[in-house]
Amino acid sequence: MASPRLSEHRGELIDRNREIAFWWDGEPHTGYAGDTIASALYAEGVRVFSRSFKYHRPRGLLCCSGQCPNCLVAVDGEPSVRACMTPIHGGMRVDHINAWPSLERDLLHLVGRATPSFGMQVGFYYKTFIRPRWAWKYYEKILRGAAGLGVIDPLHRPTERFEKVHRHVDVLVIGGGPAGLEAAIEAAAGGRDTALVDEGLALGGHLAYSGHAAAGRAAELVQQAREAGVLILQPAYAAGVYEGGLVPVFQGTTMHRFRAAELVLANGAIEQPLVFEGNDLPGVMLGVGARRLINQFRIAPAEEAVVVCVDDGGIDAAVDLANAGVAVRAVVDTRDGTEPDQRLVLADIEHLRGFAPVRARGRDAVTGIDVARGSERRRLAADLVVMSGGSVMPHGFLVQAGGKVRYDRELRVYVPDRLPENVRVVSPAGGTTSDVPAKCASASGKQFVCYCEDVTTKDVHQSVQEGFGSLELSKRYTTVTMGPCQGRMCHRNSGLVMAAELGLDADAQQVGVTTGRPPHNPTSFSHLAGRGYEPVKRSSIHHWHAARGGKMLWAGDWKRPYDYGDADAETAAVHESLGLIDVSTLGKLIVRGPQAAEFLERIYPNRFGDMKLARVRYGIVCGDDGSILDDGTVARLSETEYYVTTTSSGAGGMEQWFTWWNAVWGMDCQIVNVTSAIAAVNVAGPAARTALAKLTDFDLGNDAFPYLGAGHAQIAGVPCLLLRIGFVGELGYEIHYPSAAGEYLWGALMQAGEEFSVQPFGLEPQRVLRLEKMHVIIGQDTNAESQPLEAAMPWIVKLDKESDWIGRYSIEFFKRRGDRLALVGWEGRNGAVPKEGAQVIGATGEPAGRITSSRFSHRLGKSIGIAWVPVGMAEEGTAITISDPSGSRIPASVTHRPFYDPDGEKLRS
Amino acid sequence: MSFILTCPNCGGRPVDEFSYGGEITSRPRSSEDERALFSYLYFKRNVAGDQREWWFHSSGCREWFLADRDTRDNRVIATALPGGLDG
Repeated sequence: MASPRLSEHRGELIDRNREIAFWWDGEPHTGYAGDTIASALYAEGVRVFSRSFKYHRPRGLLCCSGQCPNCLVAVDGEPSVRACMTPIHGGMRVDHINAWPSLERDLLHLVGRATPSFGMQVGFYYKTFIRPRWAWKYYEKILRGAAGLGVIDPLHRPTERFEKVHRHVDVLVIGGGPAGLEAAIEAAAGGRDTALVDEGLALGGHLAYSGHAAAGRAAELVQQAREAGVLILQPAYAAGVYEGGLVPVFQGTTMHRFRAAELVLANGAIEQPLVFEGNDLPGVMLGVGARRLINQFRIAPAEEAVVVCVDDGGIDAAVDLANAGVAVRAVVDTRDGTEPDQRLVLADIEHLRGFAPVRARGRDAVTGIDVARGSERRRLAADLVVMSGGSVMPHGFLVQAGGKVRYDRELRVYVPDRLPENVRVVSPAGGTTSDVPAKCASASGKQFVCYCEDVTTKDVHQSVQEGFGSLELSKRYTTVTMGPCQGRMCHRNSGLVMAAELGLDADAQQVGVTTGRPPHNPTSFSHLAGRGYEPVKRSSIHHWHAARGGKMLWAGDWKRPYDYGDADAETAAVHESLGLIDVSTLGKLIVRGPQAAEFLERIYPNRFGDMKLARVRYGIVCGDDGSILDDGTVARLSETEYYVTTTSSGAGGMEQWFTWWNAVWGMDCQIVNVTSAIAAVNVAGPAARTALAKLTDFDLGNDAFPYLGAGHAQIAGVPCLLLRIGFVGELGYEIHYPSAAGEYLWGALMQAGEEFSVQPFGLEPQRVLRLEKMHVIIGQDTNAESQPLEAAMPWIVKLDKESDWIGRYSIEFFKRRGDRLALVGWEGRNGAVPKEGAQVIGATGEPAGRITSSRFSHRLGKSIGIAWVPVGMAEEGTAITISDPSGSRIPASVTHRPFYDPDGEKLRS
Repeated sequence: MSFILTCPNCGGRPVDEFSYGGEITSRPRSSEDERALFSYLYFKRNVAGDQREWWFHSSGCREWFLADRDTRDNRVIATALPGGLDG
């Protein structure tokens, strides 16, 4: 039944001139701008908003303040959104969660109905589905399907960008109620840089939903705060207080990382439910929920209502209900007394004193409530039961900030005890001065303690029977306080029920207090991940590759062309004529200074101090455990300057490695990472010299510039560092030049190579070409345990070097110990190409080694690769058997010589 | 971890701007004593209390520096470039 809106009123959040259409479970609905999903649907007569976690009981609005789990819905594919905190927008798709086939008729509801008196006991799954053991795999499928609340849409991709902002302030106030606003105004007026965070839909805390005058007072305070210069973030929520005083505040798609010199806690008190039978029926609502519907959204929440309460919170709600035209049948007040409250007398509402709720009546919606005083029973009809069970100050932030709480017997709640120096609590402690009934002893049906996890008084009873004698233990067994509300609706009541079960007095201190851990509110992973500070890296020639059909793939942080459409043709071009590859992704470091040579001597296992000027040498870098970290070339540019290249993925790591050891040793040299400043191109193939000579006066002749030479040259007018190295097996030049000229020089080289049918080549042809030369790829053919003696590079390790170097002592140990494994080449005997990762098997079929690289070489007409094998299988010519994951056995033989141009004649030509 | 670390160049910054380099170690000068070599390579003292350790300002000035930190509560006692800390 739809509820017409009440008259206009100060403090209402809706704009009656703007209607907004949205979808609820596929049906069109409308609300006003400023409505939340919950208020718009409630105004249109929707009463059931969700199905409960375990029993799939229908649940309606309870708190309307974002504190309870009852209105979790899916919005535009995002699950577990709080309908009462989310404003509607045009075209929004809102769907129910945790019910099938529909919210009205939910099959799993039968689970709860079928076991009306007992319900699903605590530990039901563990105790029930354990036998027969073989059946678990069938149970599991069904149970997994039934578990959880929302469903994550695998196709849903957030289109928003999530940002992080760092904010350092003098004062951060959490909570925008009157206490928080006043504290913020005072701090800002005193010249302190102040921010205030509030998660509500309107500032002012309880003033925002307490009628005309209160709303006016709220507006006044907000105005003063703004004038005082308080930075107000609202709606936004603080997720917790983390180490170092970090308070992450989430607002829209932004995470504000606050650090405040002083933290002011003003996050108010949360009204608590009461425990009685049927206290979860749709139509049983907290006072704050009803008052928000009335005062902020101008909805009369029902025709007739009954209020049950333990303090004046219920009186306030009853007055608001009466003012909204709801017939309030009675205020059922647990406090004894003879005189009715004057406000109720004025509103002509019966005040039943000393009565407590027994059971809310109704099947899918509340129709009335039974209340009792001793043996005296009253049955009251109502389509709304409003509960006001006192209030509790949430102490999560306080405890996370390092404070302590103690139980206050007078107020019957935990209150701040010891506070850290820079933390202040300004909101009232909450609590209530009358006894709160733990539960109704005479009711027989389910009395819910915890709405999130469907924990009843019987579950708590059972956990006590089974020996869980404190709240912290019982929590782990029953899951009470562990749901989305994080105990905000159940912590107080579960303590009370527990105390009653244990025969303790209502002093909940004796059953303990649970730890409130962050995040305080449901927080999405997108927020935590943020935007990411490691953007994709593209070479300065990237767009040329993309425009010429380069299949751009991820290679570490980089995007690189896999090939340009025909890997085989690109391989052949390098062998037969001319190829060009963009190697700008190589890491590039300049090591410069009087001790540069000595530094490199200490970093590398091989020698660099004896290098002549204008020469380049291959080197590997080892960890101190002897493992191979990276490889690359080192060119000596002057007595005191070296140009070092690293692998594409190793640039950042090598820079850190070099600078770390430099800091340890305190040597007189500087290390500069010039990776992104320098573009690099490898020109390879028999025609490389002729093509390059067209663009430069530099003498490229084999005598003037032999293999492993390095020199400065002007190429097509661009100042370049030219290195004569060829890791793809043919005559080659690696040209390093300013990346600003990236595409220009690449284009000039392509043009110069035209007459030689030059081909750009990508990563895949490069893989084949390198493999033909049996070049080990660090990280592909080696892993964290590979050391150079075993990885076919004993020649690079100079154990006779005078100086100490990183990895030396471990490698000396490996040398004494002897090799166990060997990295070897292999040739397939039947042309089949095993998968990389396939096993090399021994004589009896046992795993003995592992294939790390494999390709078919069209040039050589056979399958080739690299493998780790035990030293016993590493002799030249040893026949090995490869067991491919496909099931086939591939015969191969071991070889140590490069498959192509084994003596490097082409390289040196 | 969300404490503030003071880079000797850049000042106090959130710890996620930095890379951790581990506790300072003492590197053996030969491979003769294998036990000493392996304990340097594979064992950490992992103290509960004050620890001198390496940090790298990876999202900042890319400087390596030393910090004395209480590993129990992540209180940073002092930071300095190598050679700049007492003891």
